[in-house]
Amino acid sequence: MISGYAAWLMRWRWLVIVLTLAAVGAAASGARLLTMSSDYRIYFGPDNPQLQAYEALQNTYTKDDNVMFVLRPADGEVFAPAFLAAMRGLIEAAWKLPFATRVEGLNNFQHSYAEADDLTVRDLVPAGTAPDDAAIAEIRAVALNEPLLVDRLVAPDGRTAGVNVTVTLPQESQAETPELMAEVRALAAAFAEDYPGTRVAVIGTVPLGIAFDEAAQRDLRTLVPAMYVILLLVTVLLLRSLSGTVATLIVIGLSTAAAMGAAGWLGIKLTPASAAAPTVILTIAIADSIHVLVTMFHQMAGGADKRAAIAESLRVNFQPVFLTSVTTIIGFLSLNFGDSPPFHDLGNVTAIGVAAAWLFSIMFLPALMSVLPVRVAARDARRPTAMRTLADMVIRHHRPLLLAMTAVAVTLAAMIPRNQINDQFHSYFDDSFPFRQDVDFAADTLGGVDGLEWSLPAAGSGGISEPDYLRRLDAFAQWLGQQPHVEHVSTISDVLRRLNRNMHGDDPAYDRLPDNRELAAQYLLLFEMSLPYGLDLNNQIDVDKSASRVIARTDRVTTAQLAALDTAASAWLRANFPGAATVSATGPTPMFAYIFQRNIEGMLTGTVIALLLISATLMLALRDLKLGLISLVPNLLPAAMAFGIWAVFVAEVGLAASVITATSLGLIVDATVHFLSKYQRAQRRHGASAEDAIRYAFATVGTALWVTSAILIAGFAVMAFSDFKINAHMGLLTAMAIAAAVATDFLLLPALLLMLDRNRRRRAGRRLAPTAPAAAG
Amino acid sequence: MTISRHALLGTALALSAVAAMPAARAGTAEDRGLAIAEEMARRDAGWGDSTVAVTMILGNREGETSTRALRIRSLEVVDADRGDKSLIVFDRPRDVGGTALLSHTHIHDADDQWLYLPALKRVKRVSSKNKSGPFVGSEFAFEDLLAHEVVKYGYKWLRDESCGEGARLRCFVVERYPKYEESGYTRHVVWIDVEEYRPLRIDYFDRKGARLKTMTLTDYRAYAPENAKTYWRAHLWDMENHQTGKTTRLAFGAYDFRTGLNDRAFTSSRLTRVR
Repeated sequence: MISGYAAWLMRWRWLVIVLTLAAVGAAASGARLLTMSSDYRIYFGPDNPQLQAYEALQNTYTKDDNVMFVLRPADGEVFAPAFLAAMRGLIEAAWKLPFATRVEGLNNFQHSYAEADDLTVRDLVPAGTAPDDAAIAEIRAVALNEPLLVDRLVAPDGRTAGVNVTVTLPQESQAETPELMAEVRALAAAFAEDYPGTRVAVIGTVPLGIAFDEAAQRDLRTLVPAMYVILLLVTVLLLRSLSGTVATLIVIGLSTAAAMGAAGWLGIKLTPASAAAPTVILTIAIADSIHVLVTMFHQMAGGADKRAAIAESLRVNFQPVFLTSVTTIIGFLSLNFGDSPPFHDLGNVTAIGVAAAWLFSIMFLPALMSVLPVRVAARDARRPTAMRTLADMVIRHHRPLLLAMTAVAVTLAAMIPRNQINDQFHSYFDDSFPFRQDVDFAADTLGGVDGLEWSLPAAGSGGISEPDYLRRLDAFAQWLGQQPHVEHVSTISDVLRRLNRNMHGDDPAYDRLPDNRELAAQYLLLFEMSLPYGLDLNNQIDVDKSASRVIARTDRVTTAQLAALDTAASAWLRANFPGAATVSATGPTPMFAYIFQRNIEGMLTGTVIALLLISATLMLALRDLKLGLISLVPNLLPAAMAFGIWAVFVAEVGLAASVITATSLGLIVDATVHFLSKYQRAQRRHGASAEDAIRYAFATVGTALWVTSAILIAGFAVMAFSDFKINAHMGLLTAMAIAAAVATDFLLLPALLLMLDRNRRRRAGRRLAPTAPAAAG
Repeated sequence: MTISRHALLGTALALSAVAAMPAARAGTAEDRGLAIAEEMARRDAGWGDSTVAVTMILGNREGETSTRALRIRSLEVVDADRGDKSLIVFDRPRDVGGTALLSHTHIHDADDQWLYLPALKRVKRVSSKNKSGPFVGSEFAFEDLLAHEVVKYGYKWLRDESCGEGARLRCFVVERYPKYEESGYTRHVVWIDVEEYRPLRIDYFDRKGARLKTMTLTDYRAYAPENAKTYWRAHLWDMENHQTGKTTRLAFGAYDFRTGLNDRAFTSSRLTRVR
């Protein structure tokens, strides 16, 4: 059958070449449809409970993204007339940013105070005239004693200030965020010029989305070329053939182009996750070509003519290359079971690329090789002695090896629980990202870079004015303020306390919550009426005045710290706030903090299904249940060992870890398939003993396995150099899992076969005519 | 001159055959815009005083609604340097019931405002230049409700086009630029029907020049107090915020004109006795 296919392929080789190029051209033209997403929310599936809670909250109050300018003047004091004037300029300019709906800074903070029966509400730093020393002193005193400002828009030491811009993105076009960000950067640069020496950091959800874009672009710009260079070296080294190298690079290039083009046609957005797909595809795709070419050159070196060599190579490689591609595709498709859409994209694009690589390797590549000049130096057909030595060693010491490998595997597996789950979106970006530098700077100076939000319902319309509600709200805010990591708490109760004081002639004795509902409601009505455009209370109170929003801003918190705070807050609410007993925290920080947990829920199912499908594929291919069951060990252990090693050296896992088991499974299994199929071939065809079958497997595929694994390890190790932590971790973990797989396949699997498969094989061996297994091929 | 006055909540316009139609045609686009505004004010002059009950319905993106009820009393001031006076009394929600807001608008200075809080049993003078904030949490700013004094804006006629329900009417489309600094807007675009000089729609543009809100005025009814002039009043004002998706409807009851209100009813000392 395969030889018929090979003949057909040779006859129509030009047609195949031209049609393949045309098809790839058509597919790849979809790449122009690829767009960046620039929205951190893309990491959350539509069913993600944290996302849903956050969207509901935003629909009730205001749907907001933000840009926060953190400003630290060189001379170390923000309460200087010139600096305040510069900040006024920034605030005025920020109002004109696209989609800006609210701009808050020290200058336009709505300061309220009483004079006899007059209530004045005005900007804390009035526009126009420069304040004199007395005015500066007063502004400083008010600002540093105002709970709504301290630790949020001004640092307690008065050395750092913030200007927060709330934007409401229409989310109609992908260009919104980049356009906004370009103007934000221009403003920041202008400010630094306006007031030389000022460090201007820009943080918030808008820069976060842009940082995700930048991470994706960086990976595409740096990792993909690096991959090409490495794969070029590998191919030259392995094939020692110009035409072979050129053909291989063309095949992997076409596979990647077809996959990324298809991604464009499918409307897939470029995220750091899907931008990792080309790197992964390049790595995986090259193995197929190498297999086909190595066999072909080997045949030619043995004296076969080119066409015969191609036909023989196809015969030998058709099934294994198909099988390994199928298992890899299954592994990557299982990413669809997770919650995080960018990883669906990574899985699907990679699956398309791997399928394309398979097709091109068995159609386009042989056709191309048949028209390219190929010169192969006659090589001595010596057996790889290293592999033979290894085989003998493994067979001789299989019991201690089994024990040692089991001990290592069990020890490493036992380490797995030491891995702490941690997803902090800031730390996804390494120090080379301006965004990360800005976040770190802001965390060290002003604070409040992470946060949690609650929407606390009151009893019915207008219920937020009830003294009981306000008392509990205030108690919650006070309690939050005392929790570790919490730096600032925004609550409407602080506003009401201030208004109560104002309305009693600024008498400090009245610096407490109003004690009846009517009073609180009327204060709010009065205050709302006195606020300027864009500084209303709608971001804190719902339209019906039946719920209010509490925001706790924290320093950089780990998932564990956040979960502890969230749990404690929920317990507090259950115990002390009957109306809000079921409310849990939301916001970008909790969304990311729980993303591993959320993603792993689906991925567990996905991984089990992938394992079942891959094992079934393997059993079907080998037509042997027992071998299939034995293969589970070398297929599952490597991921466990990788996580064990990780626990020793890193001990912190995040989103990347939730997908590694499934994707590495599809790659790891390839080595097992090759090894077991040769082992089985020796037994079935030649009636070899288990020992001889193992020697045969080592001799025939040992080198190829070593080489392809080395390519995969090198490829994923390149990914480990990503500046984006999720991708770096994904690369490193996969490389480690593949390395562990090589060790398992070479050291543990033979020992397992000798222990578990020996008896049956002896009987089988007796039944078949004893033939020498030496004839390789 | 008194013609430069357009009543608080004043969208009514005089149906006046004697009105100077050529005003709407002469000169540059700016002149034409100003002439249209002056004609609007002229047609609305002379209504005296009015009382009306309003229901305010607020909605957000989640589809939640909230209702408020208030009454508005207005007094036309026939004096070049002083603006109209208004008194807003809140009835619902009950916890703000009896709260009363008295405003004296001024042409050149910040408005005077007093608020009576029944729970505090005191009148507070509110000193704030802000009138661009949301009025009781709604999508209306106080400045949207206020008298559109002609001199407080610059004008520019843009075009004439079909307008209104089913595009059955003809409108002037006029741009209006607030001249006072505290405005939340850079400009309004107003659709004014050429027959009756009634505003049918106003688009509000924020500081960055983006369209922020649209107000649609419908259910116009004509009132003819005893001076034989006709005043048009819209009874449904629908404001939609394009950026937040929030909406507010003001549903007006029937207006009472000339109910005998005078200056004394609009003084801060009378606020405590307002019912």
